[in-house]
Amino acid sequence: MISYLIDIFLIGIGAALINNFVLYYFVGICPFVGVSRKISTAFGMGCAVIFVIAIAAVISWAITTYVLMPGALLSRTVAGLFVPPETAAGIDLTILSYIVYIFAISSSVQFVEMYVRKFFPPLYKALGVYLPLITTNCAILFACLVIMSKITGVDNPADAWDLGRALTLAVGGGIGFTIAIVIMAGIREELDLCDVPKPFKGVAISLIVAGILSLGFMGFTGVDSGLRKAMMPKPEVVAQVQPEAEAGK
Amino acid sequence: MADQPTAAERFIQGILPENPVYRQLLGLCPTLAVTNGLKAAITMSAAVLFVLFCANVIVSLIRNLLKPHLRIVIFTLTIATFVTFADRFLAAYVYQMSKVLGPYIPLIIVNCLIICRCEVCASKQGVVTAGADAIGQSLGFCLALCSIAAVRELLGTGMLFDIRVLPVVWPDWVIMVLPPGAFLTFGLLLGLVNWYSDRRAAAAGGK
Repeated sequence: MISYLIDIFLIGIGAALINNFVLYYFVGICPFVGVSRKISTAFGMGCAVIFVIAIAAVISWAITTYVLMPGALLSRTVAGLFVPPETAAGIDLTILSYIVYIFAISSSVQFVEMYVRKFFPPLYKALGVYLPLITTNCAILFACLVIMSKITGVDNPADAWDLGRALTLAVGGGIGFTIAIVIMAGIREELDLCDVPKPFKGVAISLIVAGILSLGFMGFTGVDSGLRKAMMPKPEVVAQVQPEAEAGK
Repeated sequence: MADQPTAAERFIQGILPENPVYRQLLGLCPTLAVTNGLKAAITMSAAVLFVLFCANVIVSLIRNLLKPHLRIVIFTLTIATFVTFADRFLAAYVYQMSKVLGPYIPLIIVNCLIICRCEVCASKQGVVTAGADAIGQSLGFCLALCSIAAVRELLGTGMLFDIRVLPVVWPDWVIMVLPPGAFLTFGLLLGLVNWYSDRRAAAAGGK
């Protein structure tokens, strides 16, 4: 139990700081460059991303586990109605995953937008303009793909991620995105007052600043293994959980 | 339709004047993520060429059937289908490279470049123009990726296409192949391109 909690904690820290979605994996660069002019809009965008990424993670985890992965429960049962059970047990729909994910993300964004507009008008006012943009935010699809690789890509079915881990990764990634974009917006507000050489004005200088930020975030490298060592209660537990550390990275 | 650019104009514009990366700032995720080596950059460009060409042609063929509020969904589903083809093909024939590119191949689905070309060109113009536009834009994309990848690979490892170019005494700037190097290289090159085109524009204005 305690090792599970530590695992969850480290997945969250890893997604938010160590392997920051924007500064390490380069996903969500478009809003990072486009919507980082003011701190308030950057924060609004970040909140909208956290909101949608959590929903997308739950949906993609459920779809992958019950429908897409080889021999998944739901697709096996449905196929079992038409073909003999031993044929149905070998069903593998992973090839459809990209189409299913992007469809799930864009439709859930639509539904979230309608729901929020109907029931939470103030929240809609705050997030509204950013919600449609998020459909094409790579960070969301990237989170879905990582979750898929942690479910279908593992050798031992017992190592497959559960919903808690998937959700932690997604929310951690969303928080990491928010941290990066808010820091960037703060720097850009100051940059507007600086005398930047003309060809570098705008995006070029922002990218160079992002490079320096990314350099700063590289300082977190290795924090996760250090934390894991420090928090593990007994040596035998360390030996038992070590493979998960590899998988959790 | 008289004011729309022709096929040849679309093709030429995509390569330099409206370069997707340096001019329109589209498709930045792969630009930064897969440019730590020339081979990865070229594989990525080939995948984008295939997906963009197929998506542009299909969207152009069905452009009269599209409903305005559903068009983005149709675009993404079309793109996702072709990305699945490209992904399976790469995994079957160049397995090592597909491991290196990892999640960035499926992320072509949400690459703004392709959706933008479907929206701007393919959903308004004929098949030939859409195809020429796709090839021109992809060549421009390839050019941009290769320019960044060449700088990063040369400075970071002293090699080009995994062949040593710089003398062995060259101290490898490992930072160039790590994430910060991508931001720095692209920022500096973008500034350089801006400076050059400003100078060209000023020279043309001065005459």
